[in-house]
Formats: sequence, C-alpha cells, structure tokens
Amino acid sequence: METNVFKRPQALTDTPTHYCPGCGHGVAHRLVAEAIDHFGLREHTVGVASAGCSVMMYKYFDVDTIEAAHGRALAVATGIKRTHPELTVFTYQGDGDLASIGLAETMHAANRGEKVCVIFINNAVYGMTGGQMAPTTLLGMKTSTTPTGRSLHREGSPLKMAELLSKLDGVAFCQRVSLHDPDQVYEAREAIFRAFEAQLEGLGFSFVEVLSACGTNMRMKPSDAQKWVANQMCQAYPLGVFKDDEA
Amino acid sequence: MGRIVINAALCKGCYLCVEACRKKHIEIDDHLNAQDCYPVREAPNTECTACPRCATVCPEAAIEVFHD
Ligand SMILES: Cc1ncc(C[n+]2csc(CCOP(=O)(O)OP(=O)(O)O)c2C)c(N)n1
Ligand code: SF4
Ligand code: SF4
Repeated sequence: METNVFKRPQALTDTPTHYCPGCGHGVAHRLVAEAIDHFGLREHTVGVASAGCSVMMYKYFDVDTIEAAHGRALAVATGIKRTHPELTVFTYQGDGDLASIGLAETMHAANRGEKVCVIFINNAVYGMTGGQMAPTTLLGMKTSTTPTGRSLHREGSPLKMAELLSKLDGVAFCQRVSLHDPDQVYEAREAIFRAFEAQLEGLGFSFVEVLSACGTNMRMKPSDAQKWVANQMCQAYPLGVFKDDEA
Repeated sequence: MGRIVINAALCKGCYLCVEACRKKHIEIDDHLNAQDCYPVREAPNTECTACPRCATVCPEAAIEVFHD
C-alpha cells in the first residue's frame, strides 16, 4: 500500500511565503511546524515573531502568533509562558533581532532559564532592511554597511551566540545546526524536536541556532548561497550540541 | 518505488530540489506559475526512490513524497 512519507505539516497554512527563492526561513518554518505536529501542540502553542524577514510568520503558521517589537521577542515570550505555563512558547528571531538590538533580552531570558524555545536564524546579515552588517557577519564579508568587508579592528569578531548562551546556567539545551543540504536539514529537525521536548519536560531555556542562506543579500543564486553556508559559515560557526541537560 | 507530488503554485524556482535529487527526477517546467516563477516538474523516464531529499530542502514545503 502506498504511504505518504513526506507531507506538508498541518501546522503550516496554505499561504505561499513572501521569502526569496531558496531562503532558509522557509525550511526553518517547516521544521518548527513538523515539531508542533509531532508533539501534537497545534492548539497549545504560541509563536513570537520578531522584526526581520520573518515578521509575517503569523500568516504561515497555523498556531497563535504574536508580533514583538524589534528585539523584544523573549520579553514577550517570558510574559506568555509565565502567565500560561501550560502553553508551549517559541520565539523565531533573526541575528539582527536576537543578537543586536535584543541582546539584553536574550541574555537575561536565557539566564533566568525561561522555559521557552528559541529558533535563532543566523544568516549573517540584516536581511529585511537590505543586507547591512549583523553581529554575526563574517570577518571580511562585504555588506551594505561594510563595503570593504567586516574588519576585526573596526567591528569586532562575529558573535557566537550558541557558545555564549551555553555558558549560562538557565540554558537546558543549546545546539547549532545548518540547512545547507538534506542531511543537515535532518539534523536541524532533530535539534528543533529536542528543543521542544526540553520545554515539554520543563528543563529550561532551549536554543537552536540555525545557519541559513540569504542568497539575495549575498548576491548569490540559491545553490551557491547553500555552498557558501557550507564552506564559509560552518567554518566560522562550528555545528554541534553545546549543552543538553538531558544527555 | 516512489512518487512525488509538486504543488507548482507554491514553487519559487530555487531549484534546490533539482540539485538534491540523486535520480535526476526533477526538471524545470517551461510555463510560468502565478508567482512568475518557472516551477519544477517530474522528469520523464526517471525514477523516484522516495528518499525524500527534494522535499527536505524545499523552502516552500511544495513537495509531497509517497512510497509503495
Ligand atoms: C526599533 C526598530 N529599529 C529598527 C528597525 C528596522 N529593522 C527591521 S528588521 C531589522 C533587522 C532584521 O535583521 P535580522 O534580525 O537579522 O532578520 P532577517 O531579516 O535577516 O531575517 C531592522 C534593523 C525596526 N523595525 N525597529
Ligand atoms: S532577504 Fe534574505 S532573509 Fe530575507 S527573505 Fe530574502 S533571502 Fe530570506
Ligand atoms: S525546492 Fe521547492 S520551491 Fe525550490 S524549485 Fe524545488 S519545489 Fe520549487
């Protein structure tokens, strides 16, 4: 008998996304939706969207979603989870949002051990606003605000959020994954499932950093942007589990 | 053996699925869709193993995969 081995998750709506062709946001959305389906959480989940290309994620997820002011997703998530501990709460944030304007919210929510999941999309730029330098931009990488390339002496080195957060006691699970080929996407799915599981078990703050291609701002076609993530980003940002309280 | 179903209306024409398929089962269509993209379609005389690498990399969740 024929079996459906891969279907569109129920936690995604039928709305076509506004993302550029090949953008990692679409894959990351699908993996989160797969986790919501897997744990049967569609009626018990609140997503917190951030300012950035994923600002309209409420159109794509068939779960309750709230839009936070730029950088404040984890403050909003804290409020929701503390008043409704029975809900599963996740934030979905870009690197400008989480690691720049929202850095204080991120560090303190993690340090307090808020029992929420964070899906952190590291695409090395501010995508939505036109490819400005993000805290995660690689050294030497040209962006619209570093036209000669990011310099160690001028802008400092890329912020490694997974490494930083894994040092905080409140963090229960912390992993960095990539989306640049099918095997990496399988790994990313496992990590996102584990992050949701950690919340369901009440372990603490769970964080998945997802290396993601923004071909538009890299001025690359989608397949070349994937290769750039594989060759350049994975070197600057080593993949792996940095913390797992369950393991 | 396997079979894929492509939702061409959702396809953005990134062609990551074309690269991901080891069986060359996916090719580019020559008709634009409503998003002004050339979507993908199944290539004739090729087989699908239901692996499902194409669907795994698709950012639009536009591919379903069946196995028999
Ligand atoms: C208070 C405030 N300052 C600035 C902006 C403009 N702004 C919108 S999105 C964004 C950065 C988005 O980059 P990132 O978080 O990396 O997400 P991406 O678009 O790459 O997914 C900025 C600076 C804003 N919306 N609000
Ligand atoms: S600008 Fe970059 S991050 Fe934004 S939708 Fe396009 S590819 Fe994705
Ligand atoms: S991966 Fe998805 S969006 Fe990209 S060409 Fe294939 S079906 Fe279309």
